[in-house]
Amino acid sequence: MSLLSVDRLSTHYAGAAGTVRAVDGVSLDIAEGETVALVGESGCGKSTLGKSLVRLVDPSSGSVTFKGKDVTAMAGRELQSVRRSIQMIFQDPFASLNPRQTIRTILTAPLAVHGIGERKQREAIAAQMVAHVGLPADSLDRYPHEFSGGQRQRIGIARALILQPELVICDEPVSALDLSIQAQILNLLVEMKTELSLSYLFISHDLSVVRYFADRVLVMYLGRIVESAPTSELWNGAKHPYTQALLAAVPDPSRRKQAAPITGDLPSPHNPPAGCRFHTRCPLATDICRAEDPVFRQFGSGHAAACHHAQ
Amino acid sequence: MAKLLEVSDFSVGFGAAQPVKGVSFSANPGEMLAIVGESGSGKSLTALGLMGLLPRHAKAGGQIRFDGRDLVGLRERDLRRIRGRDIAMIFQEPMTSLNPVLTIGDQIIEVLRIHEDLSRRQARERAIALLDLVSIPEARRRIDEYPHQLSGGMRQRVMIAIAVACNPKLLIADEATTALDVTIQAQVLQLLDNLRVQLNMAVILITHDLGIVAQWADRVVVMYAGRKIEEGLPGEVFDRPYHPYTNGLLSASPRLKADYHYRDGPLSEIPGSIVSAAGEKGCSFRPRCPVARPSCASVVPQLIALPAGRQVACPYVPAIAEKAHVASVG
Amino acid sequence: MNSQKLGTLAGQAIDFAPQTKVERDQPAPEAPKQPRWTHIHAPDVRASVSGTAWRGMRRELKVFLGNYNALFGTAILLLVALSALLAPLLFPGDPLEMVARPFLWPGQNPAYPLGTDSMGRNVLAGIVHGARISLTVGLAATALGLTVGIAIGAVAGYFGGLIDDILVKFIEIFQTIPSFVLLVVLVAIAQPTTATVTIAIAIVSWPTVARLTRAEFRAIREKDYVQAARSLGFGHARIIFREILPNALPPLIVTSSVMVASAILMESALSFMGLGDPNRVSWGSMIGAGRDVIRTAWYLTALPGLAIVFTVLSLNLIGDGLNDALNPRFSEDR
Repeated sequence: MSLLSVDRLSTHYAGAAGTVRAVDGVSLDIAEGETVALVGESGCGKSTLGKSLVRLVDPSSGSVTFKGKDVTAMAGRELQSVRRSIQMIFQDPFASLNPRQTIRTILTAPLAVHGIGERKQREAIAAQMVAHVGLPADSLDRYPHEFSGGQRQRIGIARALILQPELVICDEPVSALDLSIQAQILNLLVEMKTELSLSYLFISHDLSVVRYFADRVLVMYLGRIVESAPTSELWNGAKHPYTQALLAAVPDPSRRKQAAPITGDLPSPHNPPAGCRFHTRCPLATDICRAEDPVFRQFGSGHAAACHHAQ
Repeated sequence: MAKLLEVSDFSVGFGAAQPVKGVSFSANPGEMLAIVGESGSGKSLTALGLMGLLPRHAKAGGQIRFDGRDLVGLRERDLRRIRGRDIAMIFQEPMTSLNPVLTIGDQIIEVLRIHEDLSRRQARERAIALLDLVSIPEARRRIDEYPHQLSGGMRQRVMIAIAVACNPKLLIADEATTALDVTIQAQVLQLLDNLRVQLNMAVILITHDLGIVAQWADRVVVMYAGRKIEEGLPGEVFDRPYHPYTNGLLSASPRLKADYHYRDGPLSEIPGSIVSAAGEKGCSFRPRCPVARPSCASVVPQLIALPAGRQVACPYVPAIAEKAHVASVG
Repeated sequence: MNSQKLGTLAGQAIDFAPQTKVERDQPAPEAPKQPRWTHIHAPDVRASVSGTAWRGMRRELKVFLGNYNALFGTAILLLVALSALLAPLLFPGDPLEMVARPFLWPGQNPAYPLGTDSMGRNVLAGIVHGARISLTVGLAATALGLTVGIAIGAVAGYFGGLIDDILVKFIEIFQTIPSFVLLVVLVAIAQPTTATVTIAIAIVSWPTVARLTRAEFRAIREKDYVQAARSLGFGHARIIFREILPNALPPLIVTSSVMVASAILMESALSFMGLGDPNRVSWGSMIGAGRDVIRTAWYLTALPGLAIVFTVLSLNLIGDGLNDALNPRFSEDR
């Protein structure tokens, strides 16, 4: 049984110019111990999907089942206890920590809220966590502004893991960091995964990082998932034209001075194109693409894509 | 071929701090030079220094010879004539770099009329031609739109149009594609390269993305903590990086290591962070360097020149010691 | 891929091979059991010591204390506060008592340095006692207005939706009524005592606070650290009081100093018109009493007037100083 199962989830916002269908009918599964990556460009809805899973944003329809129980219907006590199991790491290390709280407060508060241990024990757990993420012991008394971006992200990770969750949603955790720090944080995430038996949903726009970090990749475009495959299969044989365009756009030293650019811009999420959402920019688009929304087709073990023309 | 831009020992100081410490490099016409560095490397300040746009209390030192003139210490009046006309700059955030209350047409026309003697109608036609040049569809209609009506990629193109309006000899792109999606990034970089060839314009690409450098740059300069620590052709620098920092950066970058997965092992890291460079008397990279020696703490490494324009600021790379010709540079 | 080992290799022969080759047969290294980087002397964290709650506000305090205008304002305010506190000691008895010949000019009689008024009352005593009223009403009305305003603004800003709509309409009702007119009406209806004046001023000032608080809460509510608190299962009360409110305070603190100044001015205006507490002497009532003889004994109006000016000025200077100190320079500060 999968750890997390999402069935036709939709999250719509009421925007200024009408409804924004940020997530429009997404289904996915995450197994225990798996790292699933969610890639897509800005406006594809991946962040909203992540937030919907933690109930930071309430989905409009569909269901999210965690270990057999429907999270979307929960409230109060039940929701609070599920919150211990699904946690989130945020993108911006400069905005994700309360500037007026010490690290000690930031780390012990979640424990206090969930009634874990007494004050002394909580402090001990916090101290342990701080050491785990590679920070010096005296960090507990300091304030976030005294730390660098990479260190703040470590604190963010410590905070997310202190309740010992089972599933962690990582929303672009390394995108705001310098290259040399990215490697540190990615290694830390891998370490923590092994130590604490975690599963990750790794949201990113950086394909190279995803290639290193993920077991399986889901490609998202305008609120829908267009392709799903194990990592190596995606890179060696992507089926959906959008995935192919994404991969071709990644800077490649062997293709000196030549881009393989995709034409056009992302359509507005306010009214996505009819039929296949990608048809306005797709080199393979034909009449059926303009009229009918493609369904997922299987292409071998665990590889599926939603395209009329994929082989 | 005469050098278009020659920066010699350029430094920027803020009181006691010196975020840029004696940087030297040059650019030839029609060349794409990449300056690579992370936060704290001083690359953005160097770019601002080239334009004379440093904050008021900053002290600039050294020389910037552009087209034969020294820009450091030039009067504001003279700098203004060069900015926009001979040297242009595009920035990272197109939304905040474009004036939200003016149409994109007005912003292009503004630049044209400041530097060239054109009537409103001529300037408008030029502006439409420029929008065509940067591949904005339906230029004649869109020229009257406002920045918020355009997507991020289009705004960046408008910024490029404004920048190349007066055919500058040098274009500085400061993290111009960092905030863009990868597909749009590819489009914009292709555009910049096309313009480079069409207008015979030198382009300085300031970035932290090694993949972009490897694909597009003719030469690369690597900066760390305010100093240049390596220079050379991208193919060579990325194939055999000499400086431990460059080497660490490449090893830490998943992009340049295809097919490597977390189950194969951890990514190679550079421990610590740039903050460790503060107060270092010798090599700024020493606290994070895996091969540092005791002498690194007291002597600032000088740039060593190698054949084919390669330079590196680290005396302990064995490959250098083996080479016959070791002449100290800057 | 060799994990780059830490530490300097001082003195050892270095074999520096560019690490771009992948070595697959090497197993992944074990996760280290101890904290890392301890032997790299990279001072990543600033070395400032002294860990108490004050450390969070140290920078702000330093900026405030370095601002001479603010210090001047603070000094004046302290002087006023001191005289208000010591009033019963300095001038025991009722300041409304007749003590000497009326219309004594300042300096005429050393026992009455600021002279006497039309009823022979000691002007200096009046000013010192008047400070008590001004400061009491000013501080109490502000405190009350802040409490109510922050409470309503916080709830509106945090919950949004229907609650927000209703509360905003409520705030708007109060804001559309001209504040001074409302003030006069309220005091006229109730008995004019210090307490009713205080409450009336609070009623007139809370809407501004509520609007400000609501704006702050709406902005801070979207910040990542608040989202993180929500995702960790924090309850509403905890988020409002521990996560959002401490970060919403800076503009409120600045506003409060200006509010005290306005409250003092409003109280003076009411007393001037005779709508204040008739049993207490207030700067406003003194000015009102001196109105008829302003041509001859203008000191009766000028002196309490100056007292008001200096007090309000000091509060404004303090407010400016607080604004400079608390104004976030970088978004990361909030």
